[in-house]
Amino acid sequence: MADLRAMWRIRAFEEKTQALCGTGDIRGSVHLCIGQEAGPVGACGVLEGSDALFATYRGHGWAIARGTPLRPLMAELLGRSTGVNGGRGGSAYLSAPEYGFHGENSIVGAGAPIAVGAALAGRYDGTHRIALTVFGDGAMNQGSVHEAMNFAAATCLPVLFICENNRWSELTPIKDAVGSDILADRPRALGMTAVRIDGNDPDLVRRTIGDLAAAARTGGGPAFVELATQRLVGHYVGDPQQYRTREELAADREQEPIARAVRELTAAGVAAEEITAVEKNAREEVEQAAQAALADPLADSDSAREHVYA
Amino acid sequence: MPEQTIKVNYSGAVNAALQRVLAEVPETLLYGEDVAKPGGVHGVTRGLWKEFGDRVFDTPISESAILGSAVGAAMMGRRPIVEIMWADFFLVALDQMINQAANVRYVSQGKLTAPFVVRTQQGNSPGACAQHSQNLEALFLHTPGLRVAMPSSPQDAYDIMVSAVHCDDPVIVFDNRTLYFGQKQEIVTGRPPAPIGGSVLRRSGQAATVVTWGAMTHRVLEAADQLAAQGTFVAVIETPWLNPFDTDTVIESVERTGGRLAVVHEANTTAGFGAEVITRVAEAGVLRGRPARIGVPDARMPAAPALASALIPDTGRIIEGLARLTADR
Repeated sequence: MADLRAMWRIRAFEEKTQALCGTGDIRGSVHLCIGQEAGPVGACGVLEGSDALFATYRGHGWAIARGTPLRPLMAELLGRSTGVNGGRGGSAYLSAPEYGFHGENSIVGAGAPIAVGAALAGRYDGTHRIALTVFGDGAMNQGSVHEAMNFAAATCLPVLFICENNRWSELTPIKDAVGSDILADRPRALGMTAVRIDGNDPDLVRRTIGDLAAAARTGGGPAFVELATQRLVGHYVGDPQQYRTREELAADREQEPIARAVRELTAAGVAAEEITAVEKNAREEVEQAAQAALADPLADSDSAREHVYA
Repeated sequence: MPEQTIKVNYSGAVNAALQRVLAEVPETLLYGEDVAKPGGVHGVTRGLWKEFGDRVFDTPISESAILGSAVGAAMMGRRPIVEIMWADFFLVALDQMINQAANVRYVSQGKLTAPFVVRTQQGNSPGACAQHSQNLEALFLHTPGLRVAMPSSPQDAYDIMVSAVHCDDPVIVFDNRTLYFGQKQEIVTGRPPAPIGGSVLRRSGQAATVVTWGAMTHRVLEAADQLAAQGTFVAVIETPWLNPFDTDTVIESVERTGGRLAVVHEANTTAGFGAEVITRVAEAGVLRGRPARIGVPDARMPAAPALASALIPDTGRIIEGLARLTADR
């Protein structure tokens, strides 16, 4: 039930975000993680306060699962001064380091070397933090990800490389963009443990990443986890998805983590009202956060030149 | 740290500065390709690994990982000093400087910062090929959020490295490798870190103001000496800090020298930082006549020394440019 609750908070946030894009309240590129909620919910459960988390532009779910409150998060998307970055990050490049969320990144694969640095810092500052970097299947074809994986392996740093494989590298299937679609072969060849797991099962994600995190904390070096999942929406809000078939989407809806959790809870005898209440509560919480954020002042244009330098 | 006078060449001055900051700033790390056990391809970091152990280490040949990890480590409170072996190698990893490092403070409203230093060296030396000869400072000067320095003397090389490490912004320090093994000079070490920025009046004169930086400073001073012998005295301002740039001092000097201004750099003239300096002075309304922009004409850099020297400003070409400027009243 806790996982369903956590996944619904993300799903409801994303659906509200989509609606606010439709009304023009949110402007610019927005990339939703609808269908991919199990990864962040499972993985963030094993992170400690001093650990670092770096996500991609499809990162709202990771920010929420790490503990960022919904109102300043929504305010950020809405360009409000109360946003986690005062409106400077937006949907695709926001951060909330006070909650252990060290940021999204709008450049595919760029967060991986930065995460390596966060783990490197932990070797000297006494925290021995692990750093978790999340990227999509498309980022597997970026040089920066390879450089980061090899650097972490060569220096035995506690970095967990999490690849959310939703099968679509933006608008192109990953299988059309690789010679071998066994993505875990690459990190394995660089000398680290690499596994592919069902990314729609938050508990499996939690246990797998928990084990690898524990090994990394005790000097086991980096590891790679491929989360097999799916994106139920387009690459960006407004993506007509002409590249996808109806059949494929229907199959994905069968697999997606919330429908699956509901099936499992129902089979385990949990009452339907209890399950629907989870969705209702999540939507209410998100609605309140969104209404509060909508009432917040716009980012202050007088401040646009601040913080360029120390 | 007590003040002391030591006699070192440029490379020894950088080494002394790195030794000092590693000793006095516990958050510092020093890493890059071949910098630790081999002591660097130019020997600049020699001996530091022995003294500081695992805070000084060699990395894979992976510029994105070197720069990106510096961003991440700096975000978490370290002060990495990383080396890009040749400035040309920056180009395979510009994302980490321009999209990442430069944005950290601004986008997070200062909740995250990236105080790290990139040491690199650039410019042409005899026989260096087109991919080991470029002068790339303008790329980074076009990027708000980064600080850029380019010293030309052992004392400045020492002082600027110390200031850069104490600076809370990402700083790129460009050396020119032709300066590494110059004459040993006495330098003062151990002074408190100076704030970044500022410029140095290397020579006074009334005929014109010449602004320059990096290794070109030495050629400009030679040219100015020769002009002085003929009775024309130009003011030479060296601006080892290009960001922050000491615009006010340049404007004041141009005002004192009849509005005449030349800028000399080793980088290409088109969209070089010299164009920016001239524009700032023009905007201040103190420019008179035609300013001179002396740099490499837009070409690639050939390896053969005879070809390269046809492109890089030498004393003769600088004198020619300045003579036109001072005659043009």
